[in-house]
Amino acid sequence: MIPVKIEEKLFQNRYRVDAGRPHINIINQETCRVECKTQECTVCCPAGCYTAEGNGQVVLITDGCLECGTCRIICSTHRNVDWEYPRGGYGILFKFG
Amino acid sequence: MDEKFDAIVIGAGPSGNAAAYTMAKAGLKVLQIERGEYPGSKNVQGAILYSKALEEIIPDFREDAPLERHLIEQQMWVLDDESYIGTTYRSAEFNQEPYNRYTIIRAQFDKWFSKRVQEAGALLVCETTVTNLLMDGNRVIGVQTDRENGAIYADVVVLADGVNSLLAKKAGFHAELEPKDVALAVKEIHFLPEETIQSRFNIGEGEGVVIEMAGKITQGMMGTGFLYTNKDSLTIGVGCMLSDFKQQKITPYELLEKMKAHPAIKPLLAGGEMKEYTAHLIPEGGYKAMPKLFGEGWMIVGDAGMFVNAVHREGSNLAMTTGRYAAEAVIDLKEKKLPMTAANLARYQGRLEDSFVMKDMKKYKNMPEIFHKNNHFFTTYPELLNRAAHTMLTVDGVDKKSKEREIRKSFKQRRSLFGLMGDAFKMWRAFE
Repeated sequence: MIPVKIEEKLFQNRYRVDAGRPHINIINQETCRVECKTQECTVCCPAGCYTAEGNGQVVLITDGCLECGTCRIICSTHRNVDWEYPRGGYGILFKFG
Repeated sequence: MDEKFDAIVIGAGPSGNAAAYTMAKAGLKVLQIERGEYPGSKNVQGAILYSKALEEIIPDFREDAPLERHLIEQQMWVLDDESYIGTTYRSAEFNQEPYNRYTIIRAQFDKWFSKRVQEAGALLVCETTVTNLLMDGNRVIGVQTDRENGAIYADVVVLADGVNSLLAKKAGFHAELEPKDVALAVKEIHFLPEETIQSRFNIGEGEGVVIEMAGKITQGMMGTGFLYTNKDSLTIGVGCMLSDFKQQKITPYELLEKMKAHPAIKPLLAGGEMKEYTAHLIPEGGYKAMPKLFGEGWMIVGDAGMFVNAVHREGSNLAMTTGRYAAEAVIDLKEKKLPMTAANLARYQGRLEDSFVMKDMKKYKNMPEIFHKNNHFFTTYPELLNRAAHTMLTVDGVDKKSKEREIRKSFKQRRSLFGLMGDAFKMWRAFE
Protein backbone atom coordinates (compact mmCIF):
# COMPACT_ATOMS: atom_id res chain seq x y z
CA MET A 1 0.00 0.00 0.00
CA ILE A 2 1.17 3.49 -0.89
CA PRO A 3 1.73 5.64 2.20
CA VAL A 4 -0.73 8.53 2.15
CA LYS A 5 -0.64 11.58 4.37
CA ILE A 6 -4.26 12.62 4.75
CA GLU A 7 -3.13 15.96 6.21
CA GLU A 8 -1.56 16.85 2.86
CA LYS A 9 -4.85 16.22 1.06
CA LEU A 10 -6.93 18.14 3.59
CA PHE A 11 -4.45 21.02 3.43
CA GLN A 12 -5.81 21.81 -0.05
CA ASN A 13 -9.33 22.28 1.33
CA ARG A 14 -10.95 25.39 2.75
CA TYR A 15 -12.46 25.25 6.23
CA ARG A 16 -13.99 27.63 8.73
CA VAL A 17 -13.46 25.76 11.98
CA ASP A 18 -15.93 26.42 14.79
CA ALA A 19 -13.24 26.36 17.48
CA GLY A 20 -14.27 24.62 20.67
CA ARG A 21 -17.64 23.51 19.25
CA PRO A 22 -17.16 20.15 17.51
CA HIS A 23 -20.27 19.12 15.56
CA ILE A 24 -19.58 15.42 16.10
CA ASN A 25 -19.07 13.77 19.46
CA ILE A 26 -18.46 10.25 20.68
CA ILE A 27 -21.39 9.52 22.99
CA ASN A 28 -19.64 7.12 25.35
CA GLN A 29 -15.85 6.70 25.29
CA GLU A 30 -16.10 3.46 27.24
CA THR A 31 -18.21 1.85 24.48
CA CYS A 32 -15.39 2.43 21.98
CA ARG A 33 -12.69 1.31 24.40
CA VAL A 34 -14.36 -1.76 25.85
CA GLU A 35 -17.20 -2.95 23.63
CA CYS A 36 -16.14 -2.07 20.08
CA LYS A 37 -13.59 -4.53 18.77
CA THR A 38 -13.62 -3.31 15.17
CA GLN A 39 -13.43 0.50 15.43
CA GLU A 40 -14.15 0.99 11.71
CA CYS A 41 -14.34 4.76 12.21
CA THR A 42 -10.57 4.81 12.74
CA VAL A 43 -10.03 3.19 9.33
CA CYS A 44 -12.91 4.34 7.11
CA CYS A 45 -13.31 8.05 7.91
CA PRO A 46 -12.21 9.67 4.63
CA ALA A 47 -10.71 12.61 6.53
CA GLY A 48 -8.91 10.51 9.14
CA CYS A 49 -10.69 12.29 12.00
CA TYR A 50 -10.71 9.22 14.25
CA THR A 51 -7.51 7.79 15.72
CA ALA A 52 -7.14 4.49 17.57
CA GLU A 53 -4.92 4.95 20.60
CA GLY A 54 -2.78 2.15 22.02
CA ASN A 55 -4.99 1.81 25.11
CA GLY A 56 -8.11 1.09 23.01
CA GLN A 57 -9.37 4.67 23.26
CA VAL A 58 -10.72 6.39 20.13
CA VAL A 59 -9.80 10.04 19.73
CA LEU A 60 -11.92 12.29 17.52
CA ILE A 61 -10.74 15.61 16.07
CA THR A 62 -13.34 17.08 13.74
CA ASP A 63 -11.30 19.95 12.24
CA GLY A 64 -10.74 18.17 8.89
CA CYS A 65 -14.26 16.71 8.69
CA LEU A 66 -15.79 16.57 5.20
CA GLU A 67 -19.31 16.21 6.67
CA CYS A 68 -20.03 13.02 4.73
CA GLY A 69 -21.75 10.99 7.48
CA THR A 70 -19.62 7.85 7.16
CA CYS A 71 -18.70 7.62 10.86
CA ARG A 72 -22.31 7.89 12.02
CA ILE A 73 -23.65 5.24 9.64
CA ILE A 74 -20.70 2.86 9.94
CA CYS A 75 -21.16 2.76 13.74
CA SER A 76 -24.25 0.61 13.18
CA THR A 77 -23.71 -1.82 16.07
CA HIS A 78 -23.18 0.66 18.89
CA ARG A 79 -24.73 3.86 17.47
CA ASN A 80 -22.18 5.76 19.51
CA VAL A 81 -21.74 8.84 17.31
CA ASP A 82 -23.65 12.03 18.03
CA TRP A 83 -23.63 13.71 14.64
CA GLU A 84 -24.94 17.16 13.74
CA TYR A 85 -24.11 19.56 10.96
CA PRO A 86 -21.84 22.44 12.00
CA ARG A 87 -23.44 25.80 12.77
CA GLY A 88 -24.45 27.68 9.65
CA GLY A 89 -21.41 28.93 7.71
CA TYR A 90 -18.88 26.76 9.58
CA GLY A 91 -17.10 23.56 8.62
CA ILE A 92 -15.91 22.50 5.19
CA LEU A 93 -16.35 25.07 2.42
CA PHE A 94 -15.92 23.36 -0.91
CA LYS A 95 -14.26 25.48 -3.58
CA PHE A 96 -15.18 23.07 -6.36
CA GLY A 97 -17.26 20.28 -4.83
CA MET B 1 -38.72 36.25 11.38
CA ASP B 2 -42.42 36.44 12.24
CA GLU B 3 -43.83 36.20 8.76
CA LYS B 4 -45.20 32.95 7.42
CA PHE B 5 -44.22 31.45 4.10
CA ASP B 6 -46.12 29.34 1.60
CA ALA B 7 -43.18 26.96 1.56
CA ILE B 8 -39.78 26.48 3.16
CA VAL B 9 -37.15 24.58 1.19
CA ILE B 10 -34.23 23.18 3.18
CA GLY B 11 -31.07 22.97 1.11
CA ALA B 12 -29.81 24.64 -2.06
CA GLY B 13 -28.59 21.66 -4.06
CA PRO B 14 -30.22 20.51 -7.31
CA SER B 15 -33.44 19.23 -5.70
CA GLY B 16 -33.91 22.22 -3.40
CA ASN B 17 -33.13 24.69 -6.16
CA ALA B 18 -35.54 22.98 -8.56
CA ALA B 19 -38.29 23.04 -5.92
CA ALA B 20 -37.69 26.65 -4.84
CA TYR B 21 -37.40 27.87 -8.44
CA THR B 22 -40.60 26.18 -9.59
CA MET B 23 -42.66 27.44 -6.65
CA ALA B 24 -41.25 30.99 -6.77
CA LYS B 25 -41.86 31.17 -10.50
CA ALA B 26 -45.52 30.33 -9.84
CA GLY B 27 -45.74 33.29 -7.49
CA LEU B 28 -45.53 31.46 -4.18
CA LYS B 29 -43.81 32.99 -1.17
CA VAL B 30 -40.76 30.74 -0.77
CA LEU B 31 -37.96 30.72 1.80
CA GLN B 32 -34.90 28.62 1.07
CA ILE B 33 -32.39 27.85 3.82
CA GLU B 34 -28.80 26.80 3.11
CA ARG B 35 -26.23 25.95 5.78
CA GLY B 36 -23.19 26.69 3.59
CA GLU B 37 -21.48 30.03 3.08
CA TYR B 38 -22.96 30.02 -0.44
CA PRO B 39 -25.04 27.46 -2.37
CA GLY B 40 -22.67 24.70 -3.43
CA SER B 41 -20.17 25.09 -0.62
CA LYS B 42 -21.42 21.90 1.06
CA ASN B 43 -22.21 19.95 -2.09
CA VAL B 44 -20.23 17.27 -3.88
CA GLN B 45 -20.81 15.48 -7.17
CA GLY B 46 -18.68 13.82 -9.92
CA ALA B 47 -20.07 15.76 -11.73
CA ILE B 48 -22.07 15.14 -14.88
CA LEU B 49 -25.13 17.19 -15.72
CA TYR B 50 -27.87 15.58 -17.82
CA SER B 51 -29.46 18.38 -19.79
CA LYS B 52 -33.03 17.10 -19.94
CA ALA B 53 -33.96 17.45 -16.25
CA LEU B 54 -32.63 21.02 -16.11
CA GLU B 55 -34.19 21.96 -19.46
CA GLU B 56 -37.61 21.11 -18.02
CA ILE B 57 -37.01 23.77 -15.37
CA ILE B 58 -34.79 26.37 -17.07
CA PRO B 59 -35.00 25.86 -20.86
CA ASP B 60 -32.36 28.48 -21.64
CA PHE B 61 -29.83 27.29 -19.03
CA ARG B 62 -27.06 26.99 -21.65
CA GLU B 63 -26.97 30.76 -22.07
CA ASP B 64 -25.19 31.47 -18.82
CA ALA B 65 -24.79 28.28 -16.75
CA PRO B 66 -21.18 27.44 -15.90
CA LEU B 67 -20.71 24.29 -17.99
CA GLU B 68 -17.26 22.73 -18.31
CA ARG B 69 -17.28 20.43 -21.37
CA HIS B 70 -20.00 18.67 -23.35
CA LEU B 71 -19.39 14.95 -23.56
CA ILE B 72 -18.59 13.35 -26.88
CA GLU B 73 -17.06 10.11 -25.64
CA GLN B 74 -17.85 7.51 -23.02
CA GLN B 75 -15.33 4.87 -21.99
CA MET B 76 -15.93 1.88 -19.77
CA TRP B 77 -12.84 0.22 -18.33
CA VAL B 78 -12.55 -3.11 -16.55
CA LEU B 79 -9.26 -3.19 -14.70
CA ASP B 80 -6.97 -5.67 -13.07
CA ASP B 81 -3.74 -4.65 -11.36
CA GLU B 82 -1.68 -4.24 -14.51
CA SER B 83 -4.11 -3.61 -17.33
CA TYR B 84 -7.59 -2.67 -18.45
CA ILE B 85 -9.93 -3.90 -21.14
CA GLY B 86 -12.70 -1.62 -22.21
CA THR B 87 -15.17 -0.12 -24.59
CA THR B 88 -15.28 3.33 -26.11
CA TYR B 89 -18.24 5.03 -27.65
CA ARG B 90 -17.59 8.29 -29.43
CA SER B 91 -19.98 9.98 -31.80
CA ALA B 92 -20.02 13.14 -33.90
CA GLU B 93 -23.72 13.30 -33.05
CA PHE B 94 -22.74 14.27 -29.50
CA ASN B 95 -21.10 17.31 -31.03
CA GLN B 96 -24.39 18.65 -32.34
CA GLU B 97 -26.25 21.24 -30.31
CA PRO B 98 -28.14 21.14 -28.09
CA TYR B 99 -25.69 19.00 -26.16
CA ASN B 100 -27.01 16.19 -24.01
CA ARG B 101 -24.47 15.92 -21.18
CA TYR B 102 -21.89 18.20 -19.63
CA THR B 103 -19.25 18.02 -16.97
CA ILE B 104 -19.84 20.66 -14.30
CA ILE B 105 -18.16 21.90 -11.13
CA ARG B 106 -20.84 21.89 -8.49
CA ALA B 107 -19.73 24.85 -6.38
CA GLN B 108 -20.02 27.05 -9.46
CA PHE B 109 -23.08 25.39 -10.92
CA ASP B 110 -25.12 25.50 -7.69
CA LYS B 111 -24.27 29.16 -7.23
CA TRP B 112 -25.57 29.88 -10.73
CA PHE B 113 -28.75 27.82 -10.20
CA SER B 114 -29.35 29.63 -6.93
CA LYS B 115 -29.02 33.02 -8.64
CA ARG B 116 -31.83 31.96 -10.98
CA VAL B 117 -33.90 30.82 -7.98
CA GLN B 118 -33.51 34.22 -6.35
CA GLU B 119 -34.34 36.03 -9.58
CA ALA B 120 -37.53 33.96 -9.69
CA GLY B 121 -38.47 35.52 -6.36
CA ALA B 122 -37.45 33.05 -3.65
CA LEU B 123 -35.78 34.39 -0.52
CA LEU B 124 -32.48 32.64 0.18
CA VAL B 125 -30.84 32.61 3.61
CA CYS B 126 -27.31 31.15 3.76
CA GLU B 127 -25.07 30.22 6.70
CA THR B 128 -28.10 28.92 8.55
CA THR B 129 -28.51 25.33 9.69
CA VAL B 130 -31.98 23.94 10.26
CA THR B 131 -31.72 22.00 13.52
CA ASN B 132 -35.24 20.58 13.77
CA LEU B 133 -38.64 20.53 12.16
CA LEU B 134 -41.36 22.29 14.14
CA MET B 135 -44.30 20.01 14.72
CA ASP B 136 -47.90 20.43 15.76
CA GLY B 137 -48.82 16.86 16.57
CA ASN B 138 -47.78 14.92 13.50
CA ARG B 139 -47.96 17.97 11.25
CA VAL B 140 -44.86 19.91 10.19
CA ILE B 141 -45.54 23.62 10.66
CA GLY B 142 -42.10 25.11 10.18
CA VAL B 143 -38.42 24.83 11.00
CA GLN B 144 -36.08 25.66 13.87
CA THR B 145 -32.77 27.18 12.76
CA ASP B 146 -29.55 27.93 14.63
CA ARG B 147 -30.15 31.68 14.33
CA GLU B 148 -31.43 33.81 17.18
CA ASN B 149 -35.26 33.62 17.27
CA GLY B 150 -34.75 30.95 14.67
CA ALA B 151 -38.28 29.55 14.34
CA ILE B 152 -39.87 30.06 10.92
CA TYR B 153 -43.30 28.87 9.80
CA ALA B 154 -44.76 27.71 6.50
CA ASP B 155 -47.66 25.73 5.07
CA VAL B 156 -45.29 23.08 3.74
CA VAL B 157 -41.64 22.15 4.21
CA VAL B 158 -39.64 20.55 1.39
CA LEU B 159 -36.76 18.49 2.74
CA ALA B 160 -33.92 18.81 0.24
CA ASP B 161 -31.23 18.39 2.88
CA GLY B 162 -29.20 15.69 1.17
CA VAL B 163 -28.19 12.10 1.69
CA ASN B 164 -27.87 12.20 5.48
CA SER B 165 -31.49 13.36 5.80
CA LEU B 166 -31.02 14.22 9.46
CA LEU B 167 -34.20 16.26 9.82
CA ALA B 168 -36.63 13.56 8.68
CA LYS B 169 -34.77 11.06 10.84
CA LYS B 170 -35.00 13.29 13.93
CA ALA B 171 -38.71 13.78 13.27
CA GLY B 172 -39.15 10.00 13.16
CA PHE B 173 -40.18 9.88 9.48
CA HIS B 174 -37.56 7.23 8.76
CA ALA B 175 -34.83 5.20 10.46
CA GLU B 176 -31.06 5.71 10.31
CA LEU B 177 -29.38 4.71 7.04
CA GLU B 178 -27.73 1.31 6.91
CA PRO B 179 -24.15 0.89 5.62
CA LYS B 180 -25.47 -1.30 2.78
CA ASP B 181 -27.69 1.53 1.54
CA VAL B 182 -24.99 4.13 0.90
CA ALA B 183 -21.81 4.29 -1.12
CA LEU B 184 -18.85 6.34 0.08
CA ALA B 185 -17.10 8.20 -2.72
CA VAL B 186 -13.83 10.12 -2.49
CA LYS B 187 -12.42 12.26 -5.24
CA GLU B 188 -9.84 14.85 -6.15
CA ILE B 189 -9.70 17.63 -8.67
CA HIS B 190 -6.41 18.03 -10.59
CA PHE B 191 -5.72 21.15 -12.63
CA LEU B 192 -3.93 21.00 -15.98
CA PRO B 193 -3.73 23.41 -18.92
CA GLU B 194 -6.76 23.21 -21.19
CA GLU B 195 -4.58 22.26 -24.20
CA THR B 196 -2.91 19.43 -22.28
CA ILE B 197 -6.29 17.91 -21.46
CA GLN B 198 -7.39 18.24 -25.08
CA SER B 199 -4.31 16.57 -26.53
CA ARG B 200 -4.18 13.90 -23.82
CA PHE B 201 -7.80 12.84 -24.40
CA ASN B 202 -7.88 13.55 -28.14
CA ILE B 203 -10.63 16.14 -27.89
CA GLY B 204 -11.22 19.65 -29.15
CA GLU B 205 -12.11 22.83 -27.30
CA GLY B 206 -15.23 22.38 -25.20
CA GLU B 207 -15.36 18.63 -25.82
CA GLY B 208 -15.18 16.12 -23.00
CA VAL B 209 -14.65 12.47 -22.13
CA VAL B 210 -16.06 10.27 -19.37
CA ILE B 211 -14.25 7.17 -18.16
CA GLU B 212 -16.15 4.83 -15.84
CA MET B 213 -14.10 2.06 -14.25
CA ALA B 214 -14.76 -1.22 -12.50
CA GLY B 215 -12.57 -4.06 -11.34
CA LYS B 216 -9.62 -4.46 -9.03
CA ILE B 217 -9.37 -0.75 -8.29
CA THR B 218 -12.14 -1.28 -5.73
CA GLN B 219 -10.18 -4.08 -4.04
CA GLY B 220 -13.09 -6.51 -4.04
CA MET B 221 -15.66 -3.98 -2.90
CA MET B 222 -18.85 -3.26 -4.82
CA GLY B 223 -18.19 0.05 -6.54
CA THR B 224 -16.75 1.98 -9.44
CA GLY B 225 -14.14 4.56 -10.27
CA PHE B 226 -14.42 7.52 -12.59
CA LEU B 227 -12.39 10.11 -14.42
CA TYR B 228 -14.06 13.17 -15.95
CA THR B 229 -12.59 15.94 -18.05
CA ASN B 230 -13.45 19.48 -17.02
CA LYS B 231 -12.30 22.60 -18.86
CA ASP B 232 -8.91 22.92 -17.22
CA SER B 233 -9.08 20.16 -14.65
CA LEU B 234 -9.69 16.44 -14.24
CA THR B 235 -11.89 14.84 -11.61
CA ILE B 236 -10.77 11.42 -10.41
CA GLY B 237 -12.62 9.40 -7.83
CA VAL B 238 -13.81 6.07 -6.56
CA GLY B 239 -16.94 5.03 -4.68
CA CYS B 240 -17.84 1.76 -2.96
CA MET B 241 -20.62 0.53 -0.70
CA LEU B 242 -20.08 1.59 2.90
CA SER B 243 -20.95 -1.92 4.09
CA ASP B 244 -17.93 -3.18 2.09
CA PHE B 245 -15.63 -0.51 3.49
CA LYS B 246 -16.83 -1.52 6.95
CA GLN B 247 -16.39 -5.22 6.41
CA GLN B 248 -13.02 -5.05 4.69
CA LYS B 249 -11.67 -2.16 6.73
CA ILE B 250 -10.27 -0.25 3.78
CA THR B 251 -9.17 3.38 4.06
CA PRO B 252 -10.86 5.42 1.32
CA TYR B 253 -7.99 7.78 0.53
CA GLU B 254 -5.53 4.88 0.30
CA LEU B 255 -7.90 3.22 -2.15
CA LEU B 256 -7.96 6.41 -4.23
CA GLU B 257 -4.18 6.77 -4.07
CA LYS B 258 -3.65 3.21 -5.30
CA MET B 259 -6.12 3.75 -8.12
CA LYS B 260 -4.30 6.93 -9.17
CA ALA B 261 -1.08 4.92 -9.38
CA HIS B 262 -2.57 2.33 -11.78
CA PRO B 263 -0.36 2.17 -14.90
CA ALA B 264 -3.32 3.09 -17.15
CA ILE B 265 -4.48 6.03 -15.01
CA LYS B 266 -1.26 7.62 -13.78
CA PRO B 267 -0.17 9.06 -17.16
CA LEU B 268 -3.55 10.75 -17.60
CA LEU B 269 -3.05 12.70 -14.38
CA ALA B 270 0.65 13.46 -14.84
CA GLY B 271 1.67 17.03 -14.09
CA GLY B 272 -1.67 18.00 -12.61
CA GLU B 273 -2.02 20.12 -9.48
CA MET B 274 -4.42 18.71 -6.88
CA LYS B 275 -6.54 21.52 -5.46
CA GLU B 276 -9.31 19.82 -3.49
CA TYR B 277 -10.06 16.46 -1.89
CA THR B 278 -13.69 15.64 -1.14
CA ALA B 279 -15.80 12.81 0.24
CA HIS B 280 -19.53 12.24 0.03
CA LEU B 281 -22.13 9.55 0.54
CA ILE B 282 -24.35 8.44 -2.32
CA PRO B 283 -27.73 6.90 -1.47
CA GLU B 284 -27.54 3.70 -3.52
CA GLY B 285 -29.96 1.51 -1.56
CA GLY B 286 -32.48 1.67 -4.38
CA TYR B 287 -36.23 1.29 -4.33
CA LYS B 288 -36.37 -1.09 -1.37
CA ALA B 289 -34.46 1.34 0.85
CA MET B 290 -36.56 4.40 -0.01
CA PRO B 291 -38.13 6.26 2.93
CA LYS B 292 -41.67 7.57 3.13
CA LEU B 293 -41.65 10.56 0.79
CA PHE B 294 -44.42 12.79 2.13
CA GLY B 295 -46.65 13.37 5.12
CA GLU B 296 -48.58 16.09 6.94
CA GLY B 297 -46.98 19.31 5.70
CA TRP B 298 -43.76 17.79 4.36
CA MET B 299 -42.14 16.15 1.35
CA ILE B 300 -38.69 14.66 0.75
CA VAL B 301 -36.83 15.26 -2.53
CA GLY B 302 -33.45 14.36 -4.04
CA ASP B 303 -30.74 12.41 -2.22
CA ALA B 304 -32.69 12.61 1.06
CA GLY B 305 -35.33 10.44 -0.61
CA MET B 306 -32.77 7.88 -1.94
CA PHE B 307 -33.43 9.03 -5.51
CA VAL B 308 -30.34 7.59 -7.20
CA ASN B 309 -30.09 5.16 -10.09
CA ALA B 310 -26.72 3.62 -9.32
CA VAL B 311 -26.60 1.48 -12.46
CA HIS B 312 -27.00 4.42 -14.81
CA ARG B 313 -25.06 6.89 -12.66
CA GLU B 314 -28.09 9.15 -12.35
CA GLY B 315 -28.80 11.29 -9.31
CA SER B 316 -28.80 15.03 -9.88
CA ASN B 317 -31.35 14.64 -12.69
CA LEU B 318 -33.63 12.70 -10.33
CA ALA B 319 -33.01 15.36 -7.70
CA MET B 320 -34.13 18.15 -10.03
CA THR B 321 -37.12 16.19 -11.27
CA THR B 322 -38.32 15.24 -7.79
CA GLY B 323 -37.84 18.84 -6.63
CA ARG B 324 -39.96 20.03 -9.52
CA TYR B 325 -42.71 17.45 -8.90
CA ALA B 326 -42.89 18.35 -5.22
CA ALA B 327 -43.18 22.01 -6.18
CA GLU B 328 -45.91 21.27 -8.73
CA ALA B 329 -47.90 19.41 -6.08
CA VAL B 330 -47.73 22.47 -3.82
CA ILE B 331 -48.67 24.85 -6.66
CA ASP B 332 -51.64 22.66 -7.55
CA LEU B 333 -52.89 22.63 -3.95
CA LYS B 334 -52.41 26.38 -3.59
CA GLU B 335 -54.41 27.04 -6.75
CA LYS B 336 -57.23 24.87 -5.47
CA LYS B 337 -56.91 26.41 -1.99
CA LEU B 338 -56.46 22.97 -0.46
CA PRO B 339 -54.45 22.30 2.74
CA MET B 340 -51.01 20.62 2.70
CA THR B 341 -52.21 17.40 4.27
CA ALA B 342 -50.66 14.01 3.62
CA ALA B 343 -53.74 12.99 1.64
CA ASN B 344 -53.36 16.02 -0.63
CA LEU B 345 -49.57 15.83 -0.91
CA ALA B 346 -49.98 12.23 -2.12
CA ARG B 347 -50.18 13.78 -5.57
CA TYR B 348 -46.39 14.21 -5.32
CA GLN B 349 -46.06 10.43 -5.05
CA GLY B 350 -48.54 10.11 -7.92
CA ARG B 351 -46.39 12.27 -10.18
CA LEU B 352 -43.34 10.21 -9.26
CA GLU B 353 -45.11 6.92 -9.99
CA ASP B 354 -46.28 8.12 -13.41
CA SER B 355 -42.81 9.26 -14.45
CA PHE B 356 -39.47 7.64 -15.28
CA VAL B 357 -38.37 8.35 -11.71
CA MET B 358 -40.27 5.54 -9.99
CA LYS B 359 -40.37 3.33 -13.08
CA ASP B 360 -36.56 3.25 -13.10
CA MET B 361 -36.30 2.93 -9.30
CA LYS B 362 -38.56 -0.13 -9.49
CA LYS B 363 -36.85 -1.63 -12.54
CA TYR B 364 -33.57 -1.91 -10.65
CA LYS B 365 -35.00 -2.76 -7.25
CA ASN B 366 -33.13 -6.09 -7.02
CA MET B 367 -29.83 -4.75 -8.25
CA PRO B 368 -28.24 -3.78 -4.91
CA GLU B 369 -28.97 -7.19 -3.39
CA ILE B 370 -27.62 -9.13 -6.36
CA PHE B 371 -24.35 -7.21 -6.36
CA HIS B 372 -24.02 -7.38 -2.56
CA LYS B 373 -24.19 -11.16 -2.70
CA ASN B 374 -21.97 -11.55 -5.74
CA ASN B 375 -18.83 -9.50 -5.34
CA HIS B 376 -16.99 -11.70 -7.87
CA PHE B 377 -18.52 -9.37 -10.46
CA PHE B 378 -16.02 -6.83 -9.11
CA THR B 379 -13.08 -9.17 -8.58
CA THR B 380 -12.95 -12.44 -10.50
CA TYR B 381 -14.45 -11.32 -13.80
CA PRO B 382 -12.25 -8.25 -14.31
CA GLU B 383 -9.19 -10.40 -13.79
CA LEU B 384 -10.44 -13.16 -16.09
CA LEU B 385 -11.34 -10.71 -18.85
CA ASN B 386 -7.97 -9.00 -18.70
CA ARG B 387 -6.09 -12.32 -18.69
CA ALA B 388 -8.18 -13.51 -21.64
CA ALA B 389 -7.30 -10.39 -23.63
CA HIS B 390 -3.66 -10.78 -22.66
CA THR B 391 -3.64 -14.42 -23.76
CA MET B 392 -5.22 -13.69 -27.13
CA LEU B 393 -3.03 -10.66 -27.84
CA THR B 394 0.29 -12.27 -26.94
CA VAL B 395 1.87 -13.77 -30.05
CA ASP B 396 4.01 -16.57 -28.65
CA GLY B 397 3.78 -19.54 -30.97
CA VAL B 398 0.77 -21.11 -29.21
CA ASP B 399 -2.08 -21.81 -31.63
CA LYS B 400 -5.34 -19.87 -31.19
CA LYS B 401 -7.49 -22.91 -30.49
CA SER B 402 -5.28 -23.85 -27.55
CA LYS B 403 -5.46 -20.29 -26.32
CA GLU B 404 -9.27 -20.35 -26.45
CA ARG B 405 -9.25 -23.62 -24.56
CA GLU B 406 -6.99 -22.07 -21.92
CA ILE B 407 -9.32 -19.07 -21.51
CA ARG B 408 -12.41 -21.29 -21.22
CA LYS B 409 -10.62 -23.40 -18.64
CA SER B 410 -9.64 -20.35 -16.58
CA PHE B 411 -13.26 -19.18 -16.45
CA LYS B 412 -14.53 -22.62 -15.41
CA GLN B 413 -11.81 -23.05 -12.83
CA ARG B 414 -12.59 -19.75 -11.15
CA ARG B 415 -16.36 -19.82 -11.33
CA SER B 416 -17.43 -23.40 -12.36
CA LEU B 417 -19.89 -24.00 -15.18
CA PHE B 418 -22.88 -23.64 -12.87
CA GLY B 419 -21.39 -20.49 -11.42
CA LEU B 420 -21.05 -18.96 -14.87
CA MET B 421 -24.59 -19.90 -15.85
CA GLY B 422 -25.92 -18.65 -12.53
CA ASP B 423 -24.11 -15.33 -12.97
CA ALA B 424 -25.54 -14.88 -16.45
CA PHE B 425 -29.01 -15.59 -15.08
CA LYS B 426 -28.58 -13.17 -12.19
CA MET B 427 -27.41 -10.41 -14.52
CA TRP B 428 -30.38 -11.03 -16.79
CA ARG B 429 -32.74 -10.90 -13.80
CA ALA B 430 -31.13 -7.76 -12.47
CA PHE B 431 -31.42 -5.82 -15.72
CA GLU B 432 -34.70 -7.37 -16.90
